[in-house]
Amino acid sequence: MLRVDEAQEPVEFSPALISKFDEIVSRYPQGKQKSGLLPILHLVQAEFGWVSAPAMDKVAEYLSILPIEVYEVATFYTMYFLRPQGKYVLEVCRTSGCCLVGAEKIMDHIEETLGVKEGEVTPDGLFSWRGVECLAACGFGPVLQIGPEYTFYENLTNESVDKLISDLKAKAKN
Amino acid sequence: MGRKLLLEHINVPGINTFDVYRSKGGYASVEKALKTMSPEAIVEEVKKSGLRGRGGAGFPTGMKWSFLAKPEGVARYLVCNGDESEPGTFKDRYLMTYIPHLLIEGMIVSSFALGANTSYIYLRGEMMPQVRILEKAIAEAKAKGFLGKNILGTGYDLELYVQPGGGAYICGEETALLESLEGKRGNPRIKPPFPAIAGLYGCPTVVNNVESIAAVVPIINEGGDEYAKIGIGRSTGTKLISAGGNLKKPGVYEIELGVPVEEFIYSDEYCGGIANGKRLKAVVAGGSSVPILPANLILKTINNEARLMSYESLSDGGFVSGTMLGSGGFIAYDEDACIVRNTWNFARFYHHESCGQCSPCREGTGWMEKVLHRLEYGHGKMSDMDLLVDVSKKIEGNTICPLGDAAAWPVASAIRHFRDEFEWHVTNASEATSRNYGLAHYADPLKVAETA
Repeated sequence: MLRVDEAQEPVEFSPALISKFDEIVSRYPQGKQKSGLLPILHLVQAEFGWVSAPAMDKVAEYLSILPIEVYEVATFYTMYFLRPQGKYVLEVCRTSGCCLVGAEKIMDHIEETLGVKEGEVTPDGLFSWRGVECLAACGFGPVLQIGPEYTFYENLTNESVDKLISDLKAKAKN
Repeated sequence: MGRKLLLEHINVPGINTFDVYRSKGGYASVEKALKTMSPEAIVEEVKKSGLRGRGGAGFPTGMKWSFLAKPEGVARYLVCNGDESEPGTFKDRYLMTYIPHLLIEGMIVSSFALGANTSYIYLRGEMMPQVRILEKAIAEAKAKGFLGKNILGTGYDLELYVQPGGGAYICGEETALLESLEGKRGNPRIKPPFPAIAGLYGCPTVVNNVESIAAVVPIINEGGDEYAKIGIGRSTGTKLISAGGNLKKPGVYEIELGVPVEEFIYSDEYCGGIANGKRLKAVVAGGSSVPILPANLILKTINNEARLMSYESLSDGGFVSGTMLGSGGFIAYDEDACIVRNTWNFARFYHHESCGQCSPCREGTGWMEKVLHRLEYGHGKMSDMDLLVDVSKKIEGNTICPLGDAAAWPVASAIRHFRDEFEWHVTNASEATSRNYGLAHYADPLKVAETA
């Protein structure tokens, strides 16, 4: 749920980020810079971990469009987080093909291991998880992905999930 | 062993790089097309090939191309549809991951044929790794003079860009994809006007699936007539099938259209049979949207002929006893699968993915999900099955885009073919929450029941 009325930290886009925006916008014809909205929101999310209302306002300003044009897009597409998330968001496919090979059990295992419900963040701020719809990897299920690179982890078992979580914990420490 | 036109070199080490791809005959079609053929001649070859859209609808690609309006002084666009979100389908991800230059080669030839100087490859947002792979491949091709200004000295200019979406199944529908590419919500447009007249930025546009564009490469290399010799009847050429579910060897297979379904499931060349020594219960042959069929009907048509992997054979019997080839997303269900739970899973998917523009789809998909949920969790009523069919009929055909139909068909077909399993969930509600219905009379593929 998008809340634009809450007081949220203002954000600043770094020059490096802005130059990435510039490169994206150069792909479209003159005056069609709005086409860059989806890729730019991905960049914002990669930078800040989620897409806050002030960040969306900034994007609107950059693209010379109205803030509502950004809000309606950010709320329509499922990949944009409108709330702060864990550093690593485990997104597990929960659609038919993966369920046939045990996706539901994998989600139960993740819930138990992390000790938080779907959509919640672990107390250390490292993890959150959620079920997502078909990730187009049905032959290699169960699968999960982790942004912002959207690396894929296929043929999951409870053991491989445990290993993944401990690897990520170790990675976060370093 | 069937012919491989797309995946022939997929196992060559380094085939994802320009040099190795080129050494295997890659980009020959670009040289042939740009140097020796007119755009009209290319369109003609694609028409002759009989290539049908590989994204699911199966509309002839050459015909789609010939509809493209060509007003003077107006830009034309080719947009590649890599949204691949249909549950059961993962062939495009596979192709782009392992042999990205094939898609780029097809994009260059197709863009030239259509007179496009800027083309976009739209990928679903979750395919960020593939965005990076394709962008690297595009940079390589550009450095070698196959993209950019004055390609191979022919005077033809083409810029190719990769655009990620934001995670929405609906963007696989071509007009929703164009909206998304314009930076908007993925709400499908009312047609007409068709994209061929007014598509991206209001300009004439062709939207083609990844696999369709890749197939243009062998069509130009070998000629449309040669391509049309492969396959059966109006199902020409080869098709990538994404095989998943309870199969011994799930994965992406390139088949010559016309392979018997039984051979595809059980032969060692393809899926190698059902995993864990189980028996086959049902199959979704072309992605979650197409009707689900019990084992007996997927292996044989109602006239007791062997069913083939082709557009015509799979749809033999209409929706009463047939299904569709769709996008080639082949999901096999073994005896342990619960059809009610699976149907609920699909209904939830479509409810989640409905864009909300048309009331029948926005509301109907939610109702179907709720009713199926209560059936699965032991609170169903005997009247629910008729209610579901009724709701599905009221969605079907009453929406702007085919998502409504796609949501209606799996529910209606599951009840058509597996009604007794649904009824058992009502009459044996508590038992249904603890065990599955099993195979019952649904034919074992190896001992096909007499009753069809």
